[in-house]
Amino acid sequence: MQVTMNVNGESITRDVEPRKLLVHFIREDVELRGTHWGCDTSNCGACTLWVDGEAVKSCTVLAAQADGHDVRTVEGMETAAGLDPVQQGFIECHGLQCGFCTPGMMMTARWLLDHNPHPSEEEIREAISGQICRCTGYKNIVEAIQWAADHPATSEVNA
Amino acid sequence: MTAVEEVPISPAGNPIGFGNMKRVEDQRFVRGQGNYVDDVNLPGMLHGAILRSPFAHAKINGIDTSAAEALPGVVAVLTGAALEAIPRPSLLGDNFAWMPTLSYDTQAVLATDKVRFQGQEVAFVIATDRYIAKDALELIEVDYEPLEPVMDAKRAMDADAPIIRDDKGQTDNSITDVHGDKTWESGNAIGTAEAIAAAEADPDCVVVTQEIMYPRVHPSPMETCASVAQMDKVTGQLTLWTTSQAPHAHRTVYAMVAGLPEHKIRVISPDVGGGFGNKVGVYPGYVLSILGTIVTGKPVKWVEDRNENLVSTSFARDYHMTGKIAATKEGKILAVDVDVLADHGAFNGVAQPTNYPAGFFHIFSGSYDYPNAHCKVTPVYTNKAPGGVAYACSFRITEAVYLIERMVDMLAAELEMDPAELRLKNLLRPEQFPYTSPTGWVYDSGQYELTMREAMRIAGYDELRKEQAEKRARGEYMGIGISFFTEGVGAGPRKDMDILGLGMADGIELRVHPTGKAVLRLSVQSQGQGHETSYAQIVAHELGIAPEDIEVVHGDTDQTPFGLGTYGSRSTPVSGAAAAVVSRKVKDKARLVAAAALECSPDDLEWELGRWKVKGDPERGKTIQEIALLSHGSLELPEGVEGHLEAMTVYNPPNLTYPYGCYICVVDVDPGTGQVKVRRFIAVDDCGTRINPMIVEGQVHGGLADGIGMALMELIAFDEDGNCLGGSFMDYLLPTAMECPDYELGETVTPSPHHPIGAKGVGESATVGSPPAVVNAVVDAISPFGVRHADMPLTPANVWRAIQGRPVRVDLAVE
Repeated sequence: MQVTMNVNGESITRDVEPRKLLVHFIREDVELRGTHWGCDTSNCGACTLWVDGEAVKSCTVLAAQADGHDVRTVEGMETAAGLDPVQQGFIECHGLQCGFCTPGMMMTARWLLDHNPHPSEEEIREAISGQICRCTGYKNIVEAIQWAADHPATSEVNA
Repeated sequence: MTAVEEVPISPAGNPIGFGNMKRVEDQRFVRGQGNYVDDVNLPGMLHGAILRSPFAHAKINGIDTSAAEALPGVVAVLTGAALEAIPRPSLLGDNFAWMPTLSYDTQAVLATDKVRFQGQEVAFVIATDRYIAKDALELIEVDYEPLEPVMDAKRAMDADAPIIRDDKGQTDNSITDVHGDKTWESGNAIGTAEAIAAAEADPDCVVVTQEIMYPRVHPSPMETCASVAQMDKVTGQLTLWTTSQAPHAHRTVYAMVAGLPEHKIRVISPDVGGGFGNKVGVYPGYVLSILGTIVTGKPVKWVEDRNENLVSTSFARDYHMTGKIAATKEGKILAVDVDVLADHGAFNGVAQPTNYPAGFFHIFSGSYDYPNAHCKVTPVYTNKAPGGVAYACSFRITEAVYLIERMVDMLAAELEMDPAELRLKNLLRPEQFPYTSPTGWVYDSGQYELTMREAMRIAGYDELRKEQAEKRARGEYMGIGISFFTEGVGAGPRKDMDILGLGMADGIELRVHPTGKAVLRLSVQSQGQGHETSYAQIVAHELGIAPEDIEVVHGDTDQTPFGLGTYGSRSTPVSGAAAAVVSRKVKDKARLVAAAALECSPDDLEWELGRWKVKGDPERGKTIQEIALLSHGSLELPEGVEGHLEAMTVYNPPNLTYPYGCYICVVDVDPGTGQVKVRRFIAVDDCGTRINPMIVEGQVHGGLADGIGMALMELIAFDEDGNCLGGSFMDYLLPTAMECPDYELGETVTPSPHHPIGAKGVGESATVGSPPAVVNAVVDAISPFGVRHADMPLTPANVWRAIQGRPVRVDLAVE
């Protein structure tokens, strides 16, 4: 079947099998490989991206379900003005090590800050509780999101 | 507490030397531009999928692949029988169905005669699409004849137990190592037995005995194992992109397994999404992708799914330990004896130095001063997945630290003594270093009491005990758990440490280009450790070149010198030392070039960071950048001095490094539900010199989360039929941000005396040190119920059962 969706502002049309998962579609058909796959069971959140402004786990969404919708991935975070404050926060606070969970974490973090610009530590922890990181023990991820909340416009700090 | 050296700052704002520096790697990762194995796509690439056994133990009477082969898109289906038919021109067997393990055992690439664990590789489908490959798995008919599975290590020892390794002509389930030994002992058996017997007979002494299970867990990196293999039939060149913590060692193993010439094999380990020991072993999937490209002539990608990762790749622990600790009633430890039954699964696939078949478990005497210690480890085969040394365990020091730290806490309970006081009475003293332990380790340096008192200061230990007493009086159950650990990391001295005969030394190469920019080529492999940043800092520290002017190359056997890779916290102790040594070689050569340029004797020069200058005439000198250009130019060099500015070295560590630390965990337990809440976690680590404190602290944070996970949630258990009960993240529970507290870190700095920059490995310290702190805290919390010990994981159900006084067997789903 043919699907058309807007990915990071660009209209994409592809023929896909109806059973194809959105995560595979984005990685293999759209060739945006920043969205990762980690568990198959919606537990790890490495595949988190946005569909119509909501953070979703793309391993449990079919590409066909995203037909006609807006998809935003980690590749869409950086703008001409520079890195998103969330991306900068992860660098500033050492919020990543192996980098595999990072795109999904950042997509959730951006969603959180768009809906709650000044979250408490508890609210941040709850927001990312559907995602697993094996490297950082979460402390620096929490601090990275707090940093982004404290620096809503950070293009001037981008090296 | 620590003297932070003032270092100059580079034009890009980085420390020219040690200190916090933002990571070079992050620039690509935050943009989603990392390059992991599943991101590698080649023209014409095919996709492989593995059919796995649903049985833990079964005879294979036949496999029918015809329906799978007929499915459009399927290119080939490999079975064990097909691999047996491919002759292998190597010393390690005559066909491809079996491969050597890292412990000189054999493991089936695809099962031939029997399957020996649930999830074992049975057939390999190669198709044009990953969905079609998975579809084809459903069409393969395997005629299994189920056999009694052996899921309990104790049952494996029974005379009438089914024989698992009949392929090797075994008549029991014992494991014989390459030296011919069936048990592995260390320490002083007679002295320890006598000391314990004397203590038992002495009314002024106590002996505490406890069975302790360290259950099977799994490292579970976020990226599963994967490979892409490409054989160029014209040149005979095999390129393998793979999730490997040790690309060079893997290349050598492939040369041995496949009989391919080693110079025609290139192993590339691109960005690796976490390892934790899961990516040390050579798995059948990697070998099958290689065989797949040889058979089809096309590149073949294999990416395991999470279930495959959990049920088939390297597990960790599975140690049944019985400990005995003897002490005086004043709390002076006299002796510790340990008997271990080690469950190695169906193939002995542990990755550890050959001469250490139980890993470094015999460092279990710990951080305390007593003369008598002894352990005996008996390994057995069971119908479980192979592995055993993984999950940031520092070659089984995790098990050792857990054992001694639980025993010391139980001794404290027996003596009705504060566990902090008991530890302080027995800790090694600074003047005892270098200290030779009762099992033969030579600890390099330590100021144990200083570190422990720092942890107690941060925790506010006395206040916590007061709070606990007040809460107990109110019927609230708060627990405080301490662990003090010592690790030996950085394997290791070549004279007695090797894996498959490959000595554990690491090569490194440093080239300074004419303009003074440098490239450093490493044998070790980052899986998130940030080597591209911290290794540049080591060179910067030695040569004064700004870190941003140093490119660190790793993860490609064609571009880097040989070495054994990254696991067992060995990068900094071995390759980090190599980076300092190779920089010093360059610096020595730079001195000769500078002397020629300045027309003076090299002896007249002295070093300041980044520059050789004339003694007594500091205006006259040459910077390392000037020297780099001179060394590539037409300057006449002294006899014997070649042009250019580069060096290589192979670092053979004289000893391990011995990082240590003191952790304090504070928990609250709900006695009604058994729910444990980790409220605080204090970690004071001493890993000697810290190259990049930010990275060190990040690794400690990650290890503390591991410890919370293992202590409270994580478990690979099996039912009686051999079904793995931890086969997905819905059953294998990993800690999230909700279960982890805001860690409180501290440090002391006691440099390693034999490491060129005084650094010690730290990557696994927190994973090793934190589980006993959590368990000690939980047991402390529920001790009013008469609980002395409870095995991990301390899930609500297990804590509740312990409170009720009901025994818990955690590793099997039986009551």
